[in-house]
Amino acid sequence: MQFKATMMDAAGVLRAITRITHEILEHNKGAESLAIVGIHTRGIPLAKRIADRIAQLEGIVVPTGKLDITLYRDDLWEIGLQPIVRQTEIEFSMAGRQVILVDDVLYTGRTVRAGLDALIDLGRPKNIQLAVLVDRGHRELPIRADYVGKNLPTARLEVVKVRLTETDGGHDVVELWERE
Amino acid sequence: MKHLLDFDDWNRGELESILETSNMMEQVLERPIKKVPALQGFTICTAFFENSTRTKVSFELAARRMSADVVSFASGASSLSKGESLRDTLETLKAMRMDCFIVRHPASGAAHQVAKFSNSPTVNAGDGRRAHPTQALLDAYTLKKHFGKLEGLKVAIIGDVRHSRVARSNAQLLKILGADVTLCGPAPLLPRELSGMARLTTDPLEAVKGAHAVMALRIQQERLSSGFLSSLYEYRAGYQVNEKLLKGAREDAIVMHPGPMLRDLEISGTLASSGRSVILEQVENGVAVRMAVLYHLLVGKK
Repeated sequence: MQFKATMMDAAGVLRAITRITHEILEHNKGAESLAIVGIHTRGIPLAKRIADRIAQLEGIVVPTGKLDITLYRDDLWEIGLQPIVRQTEIEFSMAGRQVILVDDVLYTGRTVRAGLDALIDLGRPKNIQLAVLVDRGHRELPIRADYVGKNLPTARLEVVKVRLTETDGGHDVVELWERE
Repeated sequence: MKHLLDFDDWNRGELESILETSNMMEQVLERPIKKVPALQGFTICTAFFENSTRTKVSFELAARRMSADVVSFASGASSLSKGESLRDTLETLKAMRMDCFIVRHPASGAAHQVAKFSNSPTVNAGDGRRAHPTQALLDAYTLKKHFGKLEGLKVAIIGDVRHSRVARSNAQLLKILGADVTLCGPAPLLPRELSGMARLTTDPLEAVKGAHAVMALRIQQERLSSGFLSSLYEYRAGYQVNEKLLKGAREDAIVMHPGPMLRDLEISGTLASSGRSVILEQVENGVAVRMAVLYHLLVGKK
């Protein structure tokens, strides 16, 4: 794979998260009844950062959760290597909640579809909204994000690599690479 | 293609990974909607040529919780009574496109035959006296949940070891996972050939010394007439797993039984219902463990 460009640096990621947080608060008129659920793997630290920001801005602690969608994927027979099932940790009740689902990259939309199924199997939230750091286009399902850090039109051959301190060490960065 | 017929072709890493996945599956079973679509589109056939309550229901539940379609074959009501052979039975079922077979059969090696003829991943739910791998896995999972680890645990298995596939599979699995197993029973029921797998002793007090877990095996009435046991009273007096015997084990020792149990025969009724008994937990864990086994054998492999 060939590196092409840095699309967001650490400062850019920080600004995006700040803006997304403000948009969430604006759209939902505050933090009441919100819950933030991150999709494994990088959705989880992003969800936590948003929740922390909300705590700073509104003084409210919004419940967070972790969602593993492995058992809901629609491509389990294609991937060859057996995916490891990881922890889903949702300690709050879904009833009456406005759940913000968080992931790093929105691409075909299949991961989010699996996330929606997984969430709904856990209960009936009042609504589900989607926040992503990067939307790279090429949707294969009618799914859209409510909050987007950066819109990044890409070619199918390209790969968007997101690295976050919590999961990958070092600085946050969003890079564009190309497959040979 | 991998089968779970026994643990001959499985390494420690793979087995520990099944236990990890069992933990995740257990969480699925705690949700209001106890279902995940992971095995949607798969057809799983449970072929039981021998009676069973817990294993059969446990497997069916596990498959259904993963959204698979389950077809049940019970030998009593089948054409076996008309003289159809095992092989033909299997080829008939195979012609109906099964993705997986779960087999229990009174003859050792039957599951291997199914694996060979069906060319589908096969799970051995008990073949003769030879092996019952999913029972061993759920027992190991239960132990790990209680003690946080398996390495170094001391487990005593007491009863009719000679005729027990549960004992054999437990001994094999726990050895691979680093636990210490002692098999115990009256001499006619304790075959010397097993000395390679585990420590053998006819003295239950010695077996339970320092044990983290004491597992009782069912005593079958048939053994009386075939000369293996002189009398049930004698067995009970010498080998019953009861509060008195447990005094020799660790204070935090747990009591296990694969079921079905004969209360007050191989295990005292009060002990079986006491706080030390994890017998019902074993059954509960069985579903999660079997879900994990099906996940490992079928997902990503179609």
